[in-house]
Amino acid sequence: MSTNLQDAVESSVASHLHPVPSYDLADHPLPTGREEVWRFTPLKRLRGLLDGDASDGHLKWDARIPEGVTISEISTAEAAALGETLPADRPSALAVANGAGAVLVDVPAETELGEPLVVRLSGASPDEVVWGHIVVRLGLHAKATVVFEHSGSARYSVSTSVLVGASAQLDLVSLQLWDDDAVHLGQVGVRIGRDAHVRTFQATLGGDLVRVIENFAYDGPGGELEAFGLYFADAGQHIEHRLFIDHNAPHTKSNAVYKGGLQGEGAHSVWVGDVLIRKAAEGIETFETNRNLVLTDGCRADSVPNLEIETGEIKGAGHASATGRFDDEQLFYIQSRGVTEDEARRLVVHGFFADIIKKIKVPEVEERLLVAVEAELARHVATPTSVRGA
Amino acid sequence: MATLEIKDLHVAVDTEDGQKPILRGVDLAVRAGETHAIMGPNGSGKSTLAYSIAGHPKYTIISGTVTLNGVDVLTMSVDERARAGLFLAMQYPVEVPGVSVSNFLRTAKTALDGEAPKLRTWVKDVNDAMDKVSMDREFAQRNVNEGFSGGEKKRHEIMQLELLNPKFAILDETDSGLDIDALKVVAEGVNRFRGQGDRGVLLITHYTRILRYIQPDYVHVFVNGRIAEQGGPELAEQLEAEGYDKYQRISA
Ligand SMILES: Nc1ncnc2c1ncn2[C@@H]1O[C@H](COP(=O)(O)OP(=O)(O)OP(=O)(O)O)[C@@H](O)[C@H]1O
Ligand SMILES: [Mg+2]
Repeated sequence: MSTNLQDAVESSVASHLHPVPSYDLADHPLPTGREEVWRFTPLKRLRGLLDGDASDGHLKWDARIPEGVTISEISTAEAAALGETLPADRPSALAVANGAGAVLVDVPAETELGEPLVVRLSGASPDEVVWGHIVVRLGLHAKATVVFEHSGSARYSVSTSVLVGASAQLDLVSLQLWDDDAVHLGQVGVRIGRDAHVRTFQATLGGDLVRVIENFAYDGPGGELEAFGLYFADAGQHIEHRLFIDHNAPHTKSNAVYKGGLQGEGAHSVWVGDVLIRKAAEGIETFETNRNLVLTDGCRADSVPNLEIETGEIKGAGHASATGRFDDEQLFYIQSRGVTEDEARRLVVHGFFADIIKKIKVPEVEERLLVAVEAELARHVATPTSVRGA
Repeated sequence: MATLEIKDLHVAVDTEDGQKPILRGVDLAVRAGETHAIMGPNGSGKSTLAYSIAGHPKYTIISGTVTLNGVDVLTMSVDERARAGLFLAMQYPVEVPGVSVSNFLRTAKTALDGEAPKLRTWVKDVNDAMDKVSMDREFAQRNVNEGFSGGEKKRHEIMQLELLNPKFAILDETDSGLDIDALKVVAEGVNRFRGQGDRGVLLITHYTRILRYIQPDYVHVFVNGRIAEQGGPELAEQLEAEGYDKYQRISA
């Protein structure tokens, strides 16, 4: 399925999606599950993250910090003073309210990191509530790759604010490699400076319930966004990715590509991609794609692309969404070269994900993810029948 | 002598409104060392025959047999057929996103041989095979058929033919959409394959052009799901001059 601009204009609906961002908890009442932004999420499984249980639990931070970047603790008030993005839902508002300050990752103007900043965050127990509050800031012309990698277990809600200065370049990777019992609610608000170039990659493989909300907006014309994602839902897992790209400035670009795999009874993935093209956003270009590969019965993949267009003066806008099983033609082609059906399937799924993984461009992270995906596949898709060469 | 033998083959294609009969009794025997050309109008069932032999799941065999050296092919899975020595160069080769040509070829070779090829000789073999069909070596790192031009896809099929070296090859319109240089490259590849002496080729084509480079031993006229006429290479020239009109009238 693909929708061109014409269809997109016709199918545009009134903006109903985006609660007004605010620190004030009163602006984020307890959801009932009927709200647009909550309708897919099994609220019962959030276990305390909507109530706001006080907790001073922390994830363990283990960071490899390249020269040029500083990591420091700042107060909630200081975070607000930096002009961070505001919480857009209750869990992120709670994360800020209960987080007792934020961690600031700061890359000053004109600074180019020689290697990626890799932060490993790990949780010790699924019974521990952890409120997280992170601000990532890149100054004018700065250039950085930042990787957050989550593992272990926790009940974690985090508000992450990413402020990208004019002409800066940021690659932001977040890996959710949690244990099976973790709950992770994350909101990532990104402001893209004038002529800045931002690439993001969200990969979610682990956890009982992971819900990541990414909100993107531009601080001036010429900004470019590439938002990538990969997720793999196993039996009983709920993995939800929502993105909202607010084309609020002219001559900005966005391209979003998310790919998901599902296998096992009760595996549930949700992908919601909202793109708003405001009146001021003349000459913009946007495209979003979501593809889901359903590997077994009993899975459910929700995929909801949505374009709201308030000006016709744009270069291009569109979306594509497809959810399906294996492509018979691909399997036939590979099998016709002597490869068994199981091995052909493995090759196709591997290819499906490898294609997006190579967008990360951080070799060690790419490798790690490929291995993690292989491990997921080994659970259901049969292991190779032949030994592959180096 | 090794033979690919098709007897009274009736095949239907699965459509949304049920099965639609396409092949209506095909008889054909290709012995090792022979090249057979099949020519026929659009929609007559040529690709259906090729796919049925290769085992595409979209087609249902209603009756008849296909044997390779006397062994039933129709009960084999698609990959078993390939391992038994059959190869199909497809009219529309399929794109496989995220799977590099190099990985694809190595996986196929490993499956066919039952063991992984030796790394050093393998890289050289792949490079040689690509050079032979004038494919830039950078194609090894590209995804299978993704973004290949029509002609590049066909050359990629012939490259696989040479590298995987089956016993019998079915080439479904491998010559279509090729410029004259690519046509020669493809023909040379097929001729090298034939030159081994004990290989069989079933060449499906619309044009006598390729038959000037690949001399067939037999030419079959395929109309309305069966072979309406057969003869030597001169039949191809006759078809070029007269078209399929007279056969279509007979079979209607
Ligand atoms: N899914 C389908 N539904 C209906 N008819 C089909 C389907 N698939 C194939 N056919 C029909 O089967 C017939 C034979 O098709 P086939 O591709 O074998 O022809 P062909 O001889 O290879 O033609 P061409 O020279 O154009 O390649 C055609 O009439 C085609 O429309
Ligand atoms: Mg055909």
